[in-house]
Amino acid sequence: MKRRSLLKGIVAAGAASAVAGLGSRAAWAQSKVRMGFIYVGPRDDYGYNQSHFEGKSAVARLDWVKAVDEENVPETIEVVKTMESMINLDGAQVLFPTSFGYFDPHILKVARKYPEVKFLHCGGLWDASKHPRNVGSYFGYIDEPVYLAGIVAGHASKTGKLGYIAAIPIPQVLRNINSFTLGARSVNPQITTQVVFTGGWSNPVKEAESANSMVDQGIDVLTCHVDSPKVVVETAEKRGVYCCGYHTDQSALAPRGFLTGSEWNWAKVYIDYAELIRANAEIPNLVRGGLREGIVKSSGYGPAVSAAAKQAADAVRQKFMDGSMVVYKGPIKDNTGKLVIAEGVEHGQTDITLESMDWLVEGVIGTTKG
Amino acid sequence: MSGEHAGLLGVLIAVLGGAIRVGTPFLFVSLGECLTEKSGRINLGLEGNLVMGAMSGYAISYLSGSAWLGVLAAGLAGALLGALHALLCQQRNVNDIAVGIALMLFGTGLAFFLGKAFIQPTAPRLPAIALGGWSGSPVVRAALEINVLFVIGALLAPAMGWFFRNARWGLMVRTVGESTDAALAMGLDVNRVRFFSTVAGGFLAGVGGSFLSLYYPGSWNEGLSSGQGLMAVALVIFARWNPVSCFYASLLFGGAAALGPALQSVGITWGYYLFNAAPYVLTLLIMIATSSSRRTLTGMPGAFTR
Repeated sequence: MKRRSLLKGIVAAGAASAVAGLGSRAAWAQSKVRMGFIYVGPRDDYGYNQSHFEGKSAVARLDWVKAVDEENVPETIEVVKTMESMINLDGAQVLFPTSFGYFDPHILKVARKYPEVKFLHCGGLWDASKHPRNVGSYFGYIDEPVYLAGIVAGHASKTGKLGYIAAIPIPQVLRNINSFTLGARSVNPQITTQVVFTGGWSNPVKEAESANSMVDQGIDVLTCHVDSPKVVVETAEKRGVYCCGYHTDQSALAPRGFLTGSEWNWAKVYIDYAELIRANAEIPNLVRGGLREGIVKSSGYGPAVSAAAKQAADAVRQKFMDGSMVVYKGPIKDNTGKLVIAEGVEHGQTDITLESMDWLVEGVIGTTKG
Repeated sequence: MSGEHAGLLGVLIAVLGGAIRVGTPFLFVSLGECLTEKSGRINLGLEGNLVMGAMSGYAISYLSGSAWLGVLAAGLAGALLGALHALLCQQRNVNDIAVGIALMLFGTGLAFFLGKAFIQPTAPRLPAIALGGWSGSPVVRAALEINVLFVIGALLAPAMGWFFRNARWGLMVRTVGESTDAALAMGLDVNRVRFFSTVAGGFLAGVGGSFLSLYYPGSWNEGLSSGQGLMAVALVIFARWNPVSCFYASLLFGGAAALGPALQSVGITWGYYLFNAAPYVLTLLIMIATSSSRRTLTGMPGAFTR
């Protein structure tokens, strides 16, 4: 009896020490949720990377979260090294590689190697039929506040010419351009949006050159979809035209000409994920949301915005909030005259077909094919 | 039809304005490189000076409230990097190409590190001189908003040409660059001449950087330079080590860089990847067109032919 309990004790102790290697990691992971964030540019760029950094900072303030991050990680083999070091050295349970180009092949490659780690990519590329289960994507319908900015821009423009400085023609960028244009044309159907693709997410000289050229052509409202809108917003202010911000709040950069802007609210997304992980709940592969879900928001109106413009935009905002607003409602023609959304067809915001958009709406001057 | 006409004229004006706005950093870096190479040394690290200059210029302008103090600081930062290059290259068996690449990485890395705190704040910028006041067209007026630095650069180019041809010091630089033996026979201190040429070249490249951060596009961030410092080195070869040609070449490269955005903004939307690559294509074409296996380039300092 005594001997048997002794043996049992030894076996139990052995088993305990055998799992200790594993167990310590599990216990330590349980004590804190470990998250890794990767940005393609500097985390204080007044733009996309800063919006993610602000989200990371918000989640890092929770005392049960340990968040690490790395900035300026190129979309190359470098991001593979960063992801592996976050997994192996920092014990990250979930990674947020935030740049579009990280996904294929880098995230897919590393995700197959570490099936126990979650890889959540910011963008719309995850496909259940093709990609590993431990990969997912999250994104906000930022084209909702962009549509509202289009309404405000449509009211503010005197020449009826708007300008959009964009990095590269990928679906999310095209969707913003189209929503902005549709918003503006809901005010005045004659309005056009001139697009310039700069060919890269961060190219300040080209962004300034594009802004100047467009102002020279009589464009009087500028907006952009590049990593850091600082140069575009400041150039617009310098040239005395209006501008709409993007990614974060740039109103301080253009005190006279700033109209409104479209901002991310990643804090909400990251805290939701952290809570799911803490509760050991299933993490959804697709997370989406717009104004209603609080994932995106508008910047405050600038001094140049008229009361009529505010009223018109706020009325549509209300429809976004109650879910009754549909931006992509047929008939919609693209800018080559082809009918892309037929009469009577509605694509609600959650419709995944919108995430493979490859056309520019009527009224946009530009082409998706370089 | 009048829209089309205005559009093409618009492209022309935008390319002209762009040539001046985008070309100025090229001008300063290429003049700096020209001076250094004339003394028989290649400094490939001027991209580092440019970025370091952009950062220090913006930082000092923000901290002191004076953009011109910023320009001076940018030059000094560039001069320091130049001095480092010169001192390293004076050592035995040190390759100036390798040192240049190392210092380019060092300069950009240091600028990113020290520049973190200055991405967000807004610093005082350099003022522009409105040379287009005679024109009723706001487009022309905008294109002719010229920065003082451009004027300084435009005057510096012929001044440097004169310096190489006529000034005693200029002849010293050229002698050292052409033939170390001749320079030694004349009693010149080869290392010292090269030291000062590299420091002065570094200073100019730093000033070029301050143009980027303090005037156009006029803000500091880590993606500010898209390799202007490197392209300016190629430009010196294209300009045959002639400062006045450096001036024209800089304008050409600046105009090429402005072409892509200008065409798109008037609605010529095809081929924008191609037009955006125009400056790089231009560099390649020039290199191919001017290369020859049978002769050395005219104007090339003798030190590079051995």
